[in-house]
Amino acid sequence: MKKPFDLNADYQPEMFSFHDEKKVKEIIARYPRGFQRSAVMPLLDLAQRQVGEDGAKANPPYGGWIPRAAMDEIARILELQPIKVYEVATFYSMYNLAPVGKYLVQLCTTTPCWLCGSDDIVKSCERTLGIHAGETTKDGLFTLMEVECLGACVNAPMVQINDDYYEDLTAARMSEILNALKDGKPVPAGSQTGRRGSMAQSGPTSLQKLAKKTGVKG
Amino acid sequence: MLDDKDRIFTNIYGWEPFGLDAARKRGDWDGTADLIKKGRPWIIDEMKKSGLRGRGGAGFPTGMKWSFMPDPAKSGKPHYLVVNADESEPGTCKDRDILRYEPHKLIEGCLLAGFAMGARAAYIYVRGEFYSEASNVVRAIKEAYGAGLLGKNAAGSGWDFDVILHRGAGAYICGEETALLNSLEGKKGEPRNKPPFPAMAGLYSCPTTINNVETIAVAPTILRRGGAWFAGLGRDEKNTGTKLFCISGHVEQPCNVEEEMGIPLKELLEKHCGGVRGGWDNLLAVIPGGSSTPMLPKEMCDTVLMDFDRLREAGSGLGTAAVIVMDKSTDLIYAIARLSQFYMHESCGQCTPCREGSGWLWRTMMRMVRGNATVDEIDMLFEMTKEIEGHTICALGDAAAWPVQGLIRHFRPAMEKRIMEYRKAAA
Repeated sequence: MKKPFDLNADYQPEMFSFHDEKKVKEIIARYPRGFQRSAVMPLLDLAQRQVGEDGAKANPPYGGWIPRAAMDEIARILELQPIKVYEVATFYSMYNLAPVGKYLVQLCTTTPCWLCGSDDIVKSCERTLGIHAGETTKDGLFTLMEVECLGACVNAPMVQINDDYYEDLTAARMSEILNALKDGKPVPAGSQTGRRGSMAQSGPTSLQKLAKKTGVKG
Repeated sequence: MLDDKDRIFTNIYGWEPFGLDAARKRGDWDGTADLIKKGRPWIIDEMKKSGLRGRGGAGFPTGMKWSFMPDPAKSGKPHYLVVNADESEPGTCKDRDILRYEPHKLIEGCLLAGFAMGARAAYIYVRGEFYSEASNVVRAIKEAYGAGLLGKNAAGSGWDFDVILHRGAGAYICGEETALLNSLEGKKGEPRNKPPFPAMAGLYSCPTTINNVETIAVAPTILRRGGAWFAGLGRDEKNTGTKLFCISGHVEQPCNVEEEMGIPLKELLEKHCGGVRGGWDNLLAVIPGGSSTPMLPKEMCDTVLMDFDRLREAGSGLGTAAVIVMDKSTDLIYAIARLSQFYMHESCGQCTPCREGSGWLWRTMMRMVRGNATVDEIDMLFEMTKEIEGHTICALGDAAAWPVQGLIRHFRPAMEKRIMEYRKAAA
């Protein structure tokens, strides 16, 4: 799924430094003295977010990923050998180690989503964007990725786009969401049928009195 | 059906704000200091009386787990509470609702549980994909610090306590408690050999207890209302209390709902989910406790009760109480093959039987989906699962084996039929 980890690829920038040094210090301070290695994961995440923020303004745009230089910088800050950072970065699936599109569309296709029609959602994405899972559109806007269970099974089928979950999807709605993002229009995240959290679609089957009080139909 | 007055999670659907003011109105943080002043033995005893068993899948008695922590006066090391919010078991999405809509129940639970085990800090490890859920928890933690409920003299109890949120980055294996500890220490999420058990040498080699989100979040209510109240719900003294069920798949209305332990599966599906799509007789099979538990065919679903021991007797398990419903239109063989793919992807690669075996299972299962196999290969497949099960450091190997075993145990004729059809078409 992910592009291979290539430390010497020509897309690797020479340098990396954190814009927000205060945030870096705050992250390291979350862990006991002498155990600053715990900060590896939050710092990798911070680096990926920083690259993503820069990428959103670039032309063509790109999404958050972690260059080798960022990993080396984290190793320097935490006084670790670089390999200790590389091995963490390659182990976890959320760290992108090569450039991705501005919108990273992660398609859940594990059994509960599959039962509810995730195949149609995959097809809808592939048709709308003209790419297959694992590829990026030429304009740099979208990367499609098949992933394992994202933990919103009651609201299946669903996808994650960057930080947001889009739930209770249909193929048609999926296509609308992608087209709206392409046009730079905002799309509300969460359930696309308007249901509250993981409540039954037609209304609550418990806590009815409270539902009435808070103005939830049911 | 569970009475509304006995429901713990009254904001599980997010009708009200998750913040401190609304949480207080729901009863959170009420008299927390008084509970702490009753002392460590009282809290642990009350948890034992409640009969609460861990809600993360294994079902270990919570009060007993807390009592395993060494005496803080003698251990000479800091103690830690770690909350496992790395919810990734396919079918399961209950902790997500607690994190985003009831974070104060979790944070108050951290303080009470942390005090009971002599911990000065709790780390909440949230799966990385739950970004907005983690943001809600961070906001709730900030509120709690602002109101003096955390930090020095937390909630006026005389106990200093910190809560820190740590985000994962997409690895199912980190839901295994020792893999989670490695991940929290900034390493690859590979499970550790036990012993030493975390209660002796856990996070940073210090005494540590790891609990599921739901386990910690129900603790404050149990302590306020008394262990006897919780123990009064459920079928017997070993299967007590309320439980969040997640029902997904082929029901009319998939939902999460808090119900009494031991509710009949059929009642759960018909009362809360509008029944099976196309009626009860259209049911084919149910996976009752998240992807790792073996499936039950319809005949068993007619009568089975949803608690730890009844499901174990039925050859399956309650697991995380994530009920995955499959009707007669389902290609069961593919449904299980897809789970095999999941376990192959999520194996950390440390133990050979799991790293290699999970791939073998998936490849063989994909041939079974097409029918491109021989009948005695079904026996070989079963043998393969037995070579993985019990031969690995952690239970991921077992979890990869069980769904395939459940399929063969109950639906072998369907697999044989698929093979015959493939042969006929090929001939």
